[in-house]
This record gives sequence, structure tokens and C-alpha cells, in this order.
Amino acid sequence: MAARAYPRVIGSLREPSWLVGDIILPLLSIMAFVFYYRAMGAPEVFTGFVVLGGAMIAYWLNVLWGMAAQFYWEREVGNLQLYLISPMSRMSVLAGMALGGMFSTTLRAVSTFVLGFVVFDVQVNLTDPWAFIAVFLITLLALYGLGMLFSSLYLLFGRNAWRLSMLAQEPIYLVSGFYFPVKELGFWVGIAASIIPITLGLDAMRQLLFGVELSDGLLPVSVEIMILLVIAVIFFVLARYMLEYMEYLGKREGRLLTRWL
Amino acid sequence: MMDAVRVEGLTRVFKINRGKRETVALDDVDLHIKDGELFGLLGPNGAGKTTLIKILATLLLPSSGSAEVLGYDVERQAQNIRPLINMVAGGEFSGYGLLTVRENLWMFSQFYGIPGKEARTRIDDLLARFGLTEYADSKVRTLSTGEKQKMNVIRGFVTDPKLIFLDEPTLGLDVNSSRAIRSFVSEWVSSGDRRTVLLTTHYMAEAEQLCDRVAIIDKGRILACDTPSNLKRSLDRVTSYVIETSALEGVEEIGAVPGVKGMASEPLEQGLRLRVQVDEEASISEIVSMIVGRGAKILSMSKRESTLEDVFINLVGRGLE
Repeated sequence: MAARAYPRVIGSLREPSWLVGDIILPLLSIMAFVFYYRAMGAPEVFTGFVVLGGAMIAYWLNVLWGMAAQFYWEREVGNLQLYLISPMSRMSVLAGMALGGMFSTTLRAVSTFVLGFVVFDVQVNLTDPWAFIAVFLITLLALYGLGMLFSSLYLLFGRNAWRLSMLAQEPIYLVSGFYFPVKELGFWVGIAASIIPITLGLDAMRQLLFGVELSDGLLPVSVEIMILLVIAVIFFVLARYMLEYMEYLGKREGRLLTRWL
Repeated sequence: MMDAVRVEGLTRVFKINRGKRETVALDDVDLHIKDGELFGLLGPNGAGKTTLIKILATLLLPSSGSAEVLGYDVERQAQNIRPLINMVAGGEFSGYGLLTVRENLWMFSQFYGIPGKEARTRIDDLLARFGLTEYADSKVRTLSTGEKQKMNVIRGFVTDPKLIFLDEPTLGLDVNSSRAIRSFVSEWVSSGDRRTVLLTTHYMAEAEQLCDRVAIIDKGRILACDTPSNLKRSLDRVTSYVIETSALEGVEEIGAVPGVKGMASEPLEQGLRLRVQVDEEASISEIVSMIVGRGAKILSMSKRESTLEDVFINLVGRGLE
């Protein structure tokens, strides 16, 4: 796992040009939402929602493109067969990829978070930092479980799965409530969107960071944590079987290593 | 002695055009490769060589038949096979351009759980063996094609596999690089216990030089399988000629001359080179007459010892390219 994380970390250090795109540009994108909310006269707490959501987007993008799509990229550059003939488990490969990407992703998230809070003078009401950290970590766990599940699709479907990811990227920003409480979309829409772990994760983090009253949470934090834990387990178990099954299908149909698929 | 590879009735069919057509890549292949053997698989592009290797390397499932690698079934026991094998393909790049040679090799060694210190020792030894020590700390993207392929070969051998698949490992390389790789492969097989190599190539000289036994494959079928010398001896009744001519039309009609068992032609700068196999010496005079009768000049003609290419031409009726 560490071996697979290694090229990601080294790549980040040897080509630091990503720093501009991953630190300055995310700040610019959340600025737009902050100005929209201020122009509309929204409560000031929404600025904090935008900063938090903007920071968590880094992890969502890492799951979609840094993990899920990774088998597609490895196939295109010719490394996939070397991973598949090695005795390493597929989940270890993916976990290593995620771990390696975590370095730049976390840097992006933290910089967005800190800069956003400083630039926009966001006020917080964090009464239980350990709970906040726990929710954050459980959310990541469930999110990366989902990423492993997605990656099984890439193993077989290649570019079609790529298009699915592109399709999923923007709508998920909306229904998961990255920049606003998801309850604004209606309770049941929020519940349906909870299949994406970041929905409940963001909702719980907002409640812990800004207070329950201001955050208009979908469900109590304790319930959201339980659901996230259950989702994480389900995704990891599903991912394990899906990876095996998709690999089997790919080998049976002869599509596992076909490029430009 | 156990077979390193045992293939019986292996068939692989690919469906293409959304299942409207089928192509048979392997057709009822039987093959046994002994432990410790350097086994060659010789055939033209599209013969089924890479398909066979992918099945044995657990990257592809057979459509029917069975295949065992080192005693394990490729379908049901792939996890038992993987720690024991590795693969090197020619014309492919492995690893990451941003990492150095040493970093790439270390990374791939860790996928096989090789302890760090042992991995570093093996890497250093192999880098020295291939003359790449000075490039050890260079980023891979700065290497030439030959150097990248040498690194690729090292990557395959650093895990010290029991069985290694070499799929055209010298493809596109210059003479020196190719020679270095062949020399290493030959030494590697003979220096260890129960080390087996399955080498695919369409370079005849490579197969003749390296392989204990060679199987000739074309259109998914094994046409012959024996030692290179036995295969060549099978052409005792056939005489091989190489004829160089000026530009010549209708060369395929020469193949229809009675007594011609096989023919291959390759273009030269100013004409054609024909390799002809005849079972009657008299046929060659008719061939000469035909060439001259079409207004072409015979630039040179020689009778020679059979090579593996002649064996191939005799079996398939055409050249390897």
C-alpha cells in the first residue's frame, strides 16, 4: 500500500505546479458562492457552509478522479497488467492510491479551509472538536469505500465509467448540499442523497462547527455518524466483491486490458 | 519433474463488433513446458502468442480447456500463481516517468512483498548487470527506449520469479540492447533452480539462440513443438534456397510451382529476396526460368542450411512477417 502511495507523494513534491491550481483556484470558486449569499442577504453562517463545503470538495474529487478513475489511467499507460499480475490485493492498490493522493488533497482542503475562514472572517462554535474529527474521518472512510466501488466499474467499463464520473460530479455538488444545508432540498431528497457519504458527513460537520440551530441539520449528529459507519462497512464489503466480479467479467470478455475502451 | 506450464485443449474466442463476429485467438492448444526450461513461442503477429501469455499470467480466462501454471489452475487458483510469476512485454513502458529508475524498481518489488534491504540489493545487482547503475537516480522519463526496456526487464526479474513471461522483450531495440537482454535471460535460467522462461518472439535468431524448445504457432494453433535442431532436422527432405532478384511481378505464382513446399518474399531496396523451399532440386530450375522469363535478373542465389524460419515457412507456407 505504501509502495503504491509513493509515486503520488513524490509526484506532488517533484511537480509543485499543482499548488497553484489546488490552493488558489478553489478559493476563487468559493468566493463566488460567498458573494452570491451576501448579495442575497443570506445569514452569515452560510459563508462558513461554503468554506467547509469548498474544503470537502477536494476529497470528493480525489475519490472520483484520484481513486475511482485510477485503474483506467493505469491501463492507458500500461501499468494495469503489472498490478493485476502481482499478488497485491486490488483494495490495497486503491488504498495506496488514495493514501498517496491524500497528501495533495489534504493540503488543498486545509488551505481552502484556513484561507476561507481568515479571508471571510467566519465565526465558528466548535464545542466538541473530537467529535468533529471523528465525523471527518468516518466520512472519509465511507467516501473512499464508495471510491473503491466506483473503481470496479472503471476496471470493466473504462471511458464509459469516466463519463459516469463526469455526470456524477456536478449534480452531487447540488444534492449533497456542499454549499448549503441539504434539508433545503426537502427531507426525503436529503435522505436519498445520503447514499453519498459526504452528504451526511457535511451535515454533521456543519452542526458541530456552527451549532445545531444555525445549521438546520437533516438528522441528529449521532444518527448521522451511525449511518455513515454502516454505509462505510457496506461500501467496503460491496467494493471487495465488485472488484472481484468486475475483474472476472473483464477477464472473461477480454476487456480488462483493452485500451481506449 | 513437474511441468511449469500445462495447457490442454485451450481455446480462446473473442467476440467483436458487439458479438456479431467471433475471432478464435487460440484453437485447441496443448502445451507442456518443463520446469527449468527456456521455452520459445514463435509466430507472426496475431498468431495467439500474447493471448496465451495473458491466460497463463491470469489476465484473461480461456473460453474452454484448461491451463495450469506451476501446478495451479489459472481460473480457480490465480492468487497462488501471482507471487511466483512475472511478466515483461516489449514495446511497453512500465512505472512512472517522474520517479527514478531505482524508485520505480523498488516500488514494483514491494508489490511482491520483498523485504526492503533484499530488494535494494537485488536492484543494485541487476542495475550493474545491465549497465544502468549510472542511471539509477535518473528519472525514467529521461531514459532512452533501450534503457527503459532494460529497466522493464529488471523489473520483471527483481522479484526472482519461478516462471517469467517474456513477450517480445527485445522488440524495437538495437542490437546491443537486445544482446544484453538475451545474454542475461540465458544466464538467469541456467544459474538458478527451477527457473522457467516462456519467451515469445518473432525473431528466429532469438529463438534459435536461446530456447531449449520452440513451439511454432499460427492462427491460434500449435503447428510444431520440439528443440530447434530437431525442428530443422525435420526439413531434411526439403532444400532451402535464397534468391535475390531485381523487381519481379507475379511472385506468388512461384509458390505454385510443383515441388515448392513453401516460399516467403521480402522487398529489398532494388528488388526482392525470395526464400524458397523445394523437395525436388529440379523445381529450382523451373523457378529460375520463371524469374528470367519475366524479365527480372537474378542478383544472387544460394543454397543454405535450414533455419527456424524455413521450418516456419514449410509449416505455414509463408514468412513470419
